[in-house]
Amino acid sequence: MELVTPTQLVYQRPKALADVPTHYCPGCTHGVAHRLIAEVIDEIGVRERTIGVAPVGCSVFAYNYFDCDFVEAAHGRAPAMATGIKRLLPDRIVFTYQGDGDLASIGMAEIMHAAARGENITVIFINNAIYGMTGGQMAPTTLPGQKTTSSPSGRDVEQMGFPVRMSEILSTLDGVGYVVRRSLHDPKNIRLAKKAIRLAFEAQMRGLGFSMVELLSTCPTNWGLTPLQALHWLEEHMIPVYPLDDFKVSPTLAGLRL
Amino acid sequence: MPRELLKGNNAMAEAAVRAGVQAYFGYPITPQTELLEYMARRMPELGRVFLQAESEVAAINMVYGAACTGARVMSSSSSPGVSLMMEGISYIAGTEVPVMLIDVVRGGPGLGNIAPSQGDYNQIVHGGGHGDYHPIVLAPSSVQEAIDLTVLAFDLAEKYLTIAIVMADGSIGQMMEPAELPEMQPVRSQYPDWSVRGAQGRERRILSSIYIDPKDEEVANFRLMERWNQIQMNEIRYKEYYLEDAQIVVVGFGTAGRVALSAVRAARAEGIPVGLFRPISLSPFPYKQLEELAGRAEAILVTEMNSGQMLEDVLRAAKGRLPVEFYGRMGGMMPFPDEILTEIQRMARQPLVIDGDPRQRWMERFSKVLDLERARN
Repeated sequence: MELVTPTQLVYQRPKALADVPTHYCPGCTHGVAHRLIAEVIDEIGVRERTIGVAPVGCSVFAYNYFDCDFVEAAHGRAPAMATGIKRLLPDRIVFTYQGDGDLASIGMAEIMHAAARGENITVIFINNAIYGMTGGQMAPTTLPGQKTTSSPSGRDVEQMGFPVRMSEILSTLDGVGYVVRRSLHDPKNIRLAKKAIRLAFEAQMRGLGFSMVELLSTCPTNWGLTPLQALHWLEEHMIPVYPLDDFKVSPTLAGLRL
Repeated sequence: MPRELLKGNNAMAEAAVRAGVQAYFGYPITPQTELLEYMARRMPELGRVFLQAESEVAAINMVYGAACTGARVMSSSSSPGVSLMMEGISYIAGTEVPVMLIDVVRGGPGLGNIAPSQGDYNQIVHGGGHGDYHPIVLAPSSVQEAIDLTVLAFDLAEKYLTIAIVMADGSIGQMMEPAELPEMQPVRSQYPDWSVRGAQGRERRILSSIYIDPKDEEVANFRLMERWNQIQMNEIRYKEYYLEDAQIVVVGFGTAGRVALSAVRAARAEGIPVGLFRPISLSPFPYKQLEELAGRAEAILVTEMNSGQMLEDVLRAAKGRLPVEFYGRMGGMMPFPDEILTEIQRMARQPLVIDGDPRQRWMERFSKVLDLERARN
C-alpha cells in the first residue's frame, strides 16, 4: 500500500529548481531565496521563457540551481547583461540575482541606469551586509560598527562611510515600477518575500518597468554566528537600518489580486 | 551598388546595418561618435535595437548579454573607451560568443587627444583584457576597406566564436571618400544551438566564462588556442605593393600604410627599388609573409602612428637577418609622405646595420625633428 499518493502531495521541489545540492553554507538564506524564485516561476508558468543572469559573489553558481536558461555576468554587470538580453528578447522573462557587493558597490552604475531606463527586468537583491564569497569583507551595506575582515575594529562611519539603502535610492527613479524590501529571517517574512517576488515578476510581465525585491539575508559563516543566532541578528540589527517596506509600487500592481 | 561620398564612421555603421546587425550598444566618444549617432537614427527605423549605455563598461556588457542570445551584435568606441571595455572583451572571449567591435583609435595615453593614432595596437592586438585569448583584429586604410572589413569582422566573429575588432585610426573614421556599400543582408531568423533564448522544449543552456576547476579551464584555454591556430592558418590578410623587385620593404598598416604608399610611389619615381607590405589582419599577424620578404629584401622600414608597437612583431619576423629601421609619429600626429620618403632615401643612400635597436636610432633622429619644431614655435 502506498503511504503517499499524489493527491496528498503538499510540498515538492519546484520544477524551476534543478535537482542538485547547492554549495551554500549551512544556515545561509540563499537557498530560501532560490526556492522562492523557482516557486514563483512555476506558478506563473514561465520556466521555458525565463533567462536568469547570475552575479559574482556567493551566488556566482546560481545558474547551476535553476532549471532555466542562464548566463553568468561579470562582477556588478548583471543589469547591463540583462538589458542586452531583454532588448533582443522583449517577450522573455529576464531576471538578475545579485548580492550587495555586486549590486551596491561595483555594479552601482549598472543598477542605477537599468532602473533609470525603466529596463523591464526583475532584480533579486540579496543584502547580507557583507562580502561572502571572498571571506567576509566590508560591503557598502555593512552596518555601522559591524566587524568584518576589512573593518576589523568595526565599520567606522567617519572613515568608511555609511550603509547604502538601495531600495530607497532606486524608488526615486521614474523608471522603477516596483521596489520593496523584505526579509528571510522567519516563515512569516519568507511568505511575504515570496509574494513580493511574484509581484516583481508580474510587474515585468505587464511591462511596468524595472522591478526589484531586496531580501535581507544571513551569512552565519562570515558573521561568526550560528544559523539561529544569525536570524536573530538580522532581525535585531539589520531591520532597524533597512526597514521592511514598499518603496514604490506601480498602481497597476497595487490593485492586483493574486 | 553605386559609389557614394561617405564619411568613415557613417560608412562602417551602414555596413554593419547591411551585414544584418540586430543590436548596437555604445557610448559617445570622439572620434567615433558619428557611428553611434548614425545607429541612433538608423536602427530604430529598421525595428532593430539601439541603446546608448551609461558607460563603455555597460555597453560592452550589454553587447555580451545580447550576443548570448545568438543575435548579430556590436559596439564601437575609441581608445579610452576601449580600455574600459577590456573587462567585457575578456568575458566575451572566455564565454566564446561572437561580438564585433570597432575601435576608432585616438592619441594617448590617458585622455590624450582626439586626433588619429595607432597607439592601441598593443592594447588590441596583444591583449588588454585578462587571461589567455586572441581577438581577431583588422585594420582598414580607406573608407572602402573599413566597410568591407566591418562586414567581414561579423562573419569571422561568428565563424570562430570570438571577438573581432576593426581597428580604424581616427582618420579613417573622420574622412570622407567615395566608397561602395554592400547589398542589404536579411536579419538572421535561425539561432545557433548554443544560444540562450529560453529553454522551450529543450534542456536548459548556460553561458559562462567560469571553469572553477583549473583542469577544465585548461581544457577551455586549449580549445581557444586550437581555434586560434585555425584563425592563424585561414585568416591572414595583407596587401603588397611594388614588392616584386623591392630591395627596401616598407611595412605599415592603416593610415600609416596609406601614407607610406605615397612615399613608396615617390621613391619609385626616383628609381629606388622600394615596395610596401600592408598588414590588414594585425591579429593574426602575417609573420610568415614577412619572414619570406625578410629573406629576399635588403632592408625593412616600419612606419606607424605610435612608438613602434607593431615594430616588435616585424622584428620577430625579420629574425635579425636584415637591417630594420623605424619611423613613427605619436600622440595624434600623422606622418606626411615626404617624411617617410626622406627615410627611404636615407636607407637607399646610407649603409645600414642589423645590430642595435631601431627604435633608439629613430628617437635620436626624431629628437632633432622635435627640436626644430620647438624652435619654430
